[in-house]
Order: sequence, then structure tokens, then C-alpha cells
Amino acid sequence: MRIIIESIILGILTGGVYALMASGLTIIYGVLDIINVAQAIFVILGAYLSYELEYYLHIDVFLGLFLTIPTMFLLGMAIERVCLRKFKENRTMLSILVLYAVALIIQGVENYLFTPNYVQLQTSYSDASLPIFGFHLLYIYIFCFVLSIILLTVLYWLVYRTKFGYALRASMQNRTASALIGIDVEQIQMITFGIGISVSAVGGLAFGLTNSFNSASSFDLISRLFVIIILGGMGSLRGTLVASFAMLIIQDVTAVIWQPVWSSTVFFLLLVLLLVFRPQGLFGLPAGRKQ
Amino acid sequence: MKILKIVVLLAALACAILFPLLFPNPAIDAMAVFTLLFTCAASGWNIFSGYTGYVSLGYGTYYGLGAYAMALICRSWNIPGGYTTFLLVPLAGLATSLLAIPLGWISLRVRGHTFVIVTIATLYVFQLLAYNLQFLTDGNSGMTLPIPPWSAWDFNVPFYYVALVLVLLTIGVSWWIRSSKYGFCLLAIRDDEERARGLGIKTGTYKLTAFVIAAFFAGMVGAVAAYFTGSIFPPSAFDPTFDVAPTLMVFLGGAGTLLGPVIGAVLLEPLQQYLIVQFGAVGLDLILYGSLMLLVILQVPRGIVPTIRRLWVNWRTSKNMAVRHSGEQEENAMA
Repeated sequence: MRIIIESIILGILTGGVYALMASGLTIIYGVLDIINVAQAIFVILGAYLSYELEYYLHIDVFLGLFLTIPTMFLLGMAIERVCLRKFKENRTMLSILVLYAVALIIQGVENYLFTPNYVQLQTSYSDASLPIFGFHLLYIYIFCFVLSIILLTVLYWLVYRTKFGYALRASMQNRTASALIGIDVEQIQMITFGIGISVSAVGGLAFGLTNSFNSASSFDLISRLFVIIILGGMGSLRGTLVASFAMLIIQDVTAVIWQPVWSSTVFFLLLVLLLVFRPQGLFGLPAGRKQ
Repeated sequence: MKILKIVVLLAALACAILFPLLFPNPAIDAMAVFTLLFTCAASGWNIFSGYTGYVSLGYGTYYGLGAYAMALICRSWNIPGGYTTFLLVPLAGLATSLLAIPLGWISLRVRGHTFVIVTIATLYVFQLLAYNLQFLTDGNSGMTLPIPPWSAWDFNVPFYYVALVLVLLTIGVSWWIRSSKYGFCLLAIRDDEERARGLGIKTGTYKLTAFVIAAFFAGMVGAVAAYFTGSIFPPSAFDPTFDVAPTLMVFLGGAGTLLGPVIGAVLLEPLQQYLIVQFGAVGLDLILYGSLMLLVILQVPRGIVPTIRRLWVNWRTSKNMAVRHSGEQEENAMA
């Protein structure tokens, strides 16, 4: 019983981090109507950036975020400007291919610069733990969780309480109408893509602290993020949040009471069931006809 | 014009048939085998995704299923390596398409972006299953296939001709679908699914059958590739790059056209192999391939065949206009 509680707590803590990574995907999908297949490779890139800052400049990984988040933000904006903006027709598919190409390039660069050897982020407090309910919880999990929740709150505040957020949600609902009332939709798109990418700096930090990674880790990660956003309902931030917690808790509990190798399969099975009975996801709207 | 077309096609076919005789180098022939296999895969992908507009990024799933089906059949029936083993390839394709029926039914419950993502996720589910169902797939240690008793020098040649037959078969089926009522229904689904349904097309059945046909070809490609390489492992059979390679080839050549996938595959696959051989050692192949892919999509987003066709039409009309224009001028001069 205690081991199940432990796995549930771990699931909640890592679920917060996944929620942050997946919310980047969600807002990019919502505003740009694009699936960012490169999201996971940006997460790994964020992890490598933190790693290099720590390794060469001895900047603490959490402090390093003040450098990595703006870097990723600028990188995201640049990619949107150069690669995505020009597509007017058949955007869905072409943007997926372009982002896949970007992902390949970044993966190649990572392989070239950092070699395919697995690395893990290390800090002086990596092994420190908090005794709670009779087991030891690593502080880094708690830090990453708290950081993710703070950033998710900031993201919610940005999307639901600011003028930029109003403009962003207006462009989510109707591009043409938003452009007509004077919203610079292209600029909103560029900034949104930047934000969506910049959260992966934090995601990368958390991923790198809790897993050893190389550039190929992105394949496993992206499949999980995709499953989360389908389960939550595409484009719904609330759904993303619920789905991430559900996924990670289910995974960790399965790993404990059955076998770790089956933990993802159970979740994929749930996804199949959901698609059969509720194709639009937990919080998604039924697909209507596009005019 | 029509005769010219036939002559060009026959010449291309003759070149394809004579290729192993002209280039007996095994390294080049191996490259040619993969090029043909990818041509087949790209054409097969085009049958479902190109015609219906439902972009599937999970084509690698069916490639992997075909590869594992082939390996399992060979193991359970104790098939020795040789020419007769090729007869099992359609069987592996059939097994794949049987599995594709429930998978297609589930993933076709959603549309658009969600469909793309569901198909991507399918690949990872099966990769995971291949790792975990150890009694069936031997998990991490992979499976071996029977080794054909041919000498190293002409080892590739039988594979080459089998792959060529597969390519011709796929193009034939693709052409038949393209010019049949069935194909027009698929194109109608691509253009406007609701309206197609309103006109009485059973969209669900049509999409599912096209999906299964496409899976059949991917399964056969997987089976031949598995036999060719001799061993399969979960990450190499269910390979994410195979998800994207046929898609990219089709988009480079022109989605929904008959020859687009062929042109895309013939251009891209040798290039990728060349990049791996030439720059793989220093780790630059991914960067170069990605950059090239980016450049192509940004510059030729419609694909080669539609772009050339458009240029051709523009050129023709501008020539006609010029003729008409000069004609008018002459008339004016006469008057």
C-alpha cells in the first residue's frame, strides 16, 4: 500500500513537469493550428543547454534557466518566422514536415556537439531527499514540480488575464476575425511559438535531472506528449493538465503493481479505449466541419 | 504525345530491369534494392494518404508488422533461405493488412491533426509491444531470418527483382485506383469529406479499405527488407524514420499524383544513403539531410510533379496567348 502511495506522489510530481511540456504543444496547436513534432527535441536541447552551462560555467541549473528560457524563446520565434510563416495552403502537413526537418537538424547538431553518449544533469543536491510518510522523496522532484506549477500558473495568467492573452485566444478562435479587429495575428503566432518552445527549457531541465538522456530520448518523449494532448483533447490547456497527471500516475502505479515494461502500454490501451468511445478527448470539442 | 509517354516508360522499365547487369557492384545494388523498396512504400503510402488526404505518419508500423510477420512465419514453419521464401512475402503482407483493419478502424475515428498524432503513437505502441512480447518477438535480442544460400557477389540480385516486381505491382494498383470510380471517391473524400458523404459515398468503408491496401504494401516491403537484412530488432523494425521517409518522398514528388512518389523515392533514398556513407562517420548526415529537406519543402511546397505540370501549363497557355496575340495583330494590320 505504501509503495502505491509513493508511486502516486511521484506520478503527481512528474505529471506537473509533463503538463508544462505538453502545454507548450497545446498552445502552439491552439494558436497556430500546427503540431509541433519537434517539441521533444527542444526539451532535450533545453536539457543540453542546462548541462553545458553547469559544466563549463558552473551555473546552477535552476539559475541557468534565466539564460536558457530566453534563448529557447528567441530560437522558437526565429523558427516560426523563417520556416512556418510562409505556408498559406496545406499548412497542417507542410508544417509537420518542416518541423520534422528542424527536429532532424537539431538532433544532428546535438549528436555532433554532445556525442550520443547518455548524460544526466547533476547538482550538489541531486541526492538530497525529504523524508515523508516513511519514504524518501528527492528534492529535485519537488523543485521541478513547484517550478512547473509556477510556470503553468504564469502561462494561465498570460493566456486568460492579459491583453496579450485575449488577443491570443481570439486568434485561436478565429484568425480572420481577429485580424479584422486589428490583432496582429502573425506577431501573436510568432510570440506563441516562442512561448511554446521556451517552456521546454524548464521541461528539459526537469527531464535531464531525473533521467539520463541523449538526443534519441526525444522519440520516446514525443510519443508521450502526443498521447497526453490527444487524451486531454487537442487545444485544451485544462485537458492537458488532467491528462498529464492521469498518465504519469497510471504509469507509475502500473510499474509498481505489475511490471515497469508494461507501464506505457497500459496507458496506450486507455488511449485506444478513449478514441473508441470519445474521439475528441476528455475536454476537447467534437470535431465540426471547417468552413 | 501518348506514344512518347509509352516509350519513356518502357525505356525506364528497361533501365530498371538491366540495372543489376550494368552495375554489378553489390554496394550499388544494395542501394538500388532499398530505393525500390522505398519507391514501393512511397507509392503505397500515396494510395491512402495521398488520395484521401488523411496524412498517416504511422506507416512504419505496417513496415514493422510485415517484417515481424515474415520472421515469425519463417521461424514457425522452419523455412530455409532460398527463392521459395519470397512466396511468403504476400502472406506477410496479408497478415499485416489483417492487423491493419482494427488499427485503421480505431485511428480513423478521428480526423485531421488528431489522426496524424494517433498514427504516430501507433508506431510507438507496437515498438513497445515488440520489446515486451518476448515469447513472440524475443524482445531486445531481435529475430533472425533464414539466410539465402547465394554468393556475396550476386546476393542482392534476386532481392532487386523481387523489389522491382513489388514496385510495378504498387504502381499498377495505384494507377488502377486513380482511374477507377473507387479512386474518384477517395479524391472526393480528400476534397470535402462531408459533401462526399452527402453524395452517398460510404466514406468510412472507403477510407478503411484504402488504409488496409496501403498497409498491405508496407507489410510486403517490410517482409522483403527483413529478409534482405537478415535480422530485425524492435527499434529497426518499428523505426520512426520510416514513418517520415515515404511521406517526405511523396510530398517531394507531389501528393496524390501517380508518378510523384516514384520520383521522390528515386531522388531521396540514394541521396540519404549517400549522405550516410559519406558523412555518417563524422555525424553530419542528419544535419545535411534535415537542411536539404527543409530547403525542399520551403522552396517546392507543392511537390515536383504538380510544379512542373503547372509550369508546363503556364508555358503552353502563354505560347497560345502569344500565337493568338500575333494573330490579332495580323488581323488588325489586314484591316
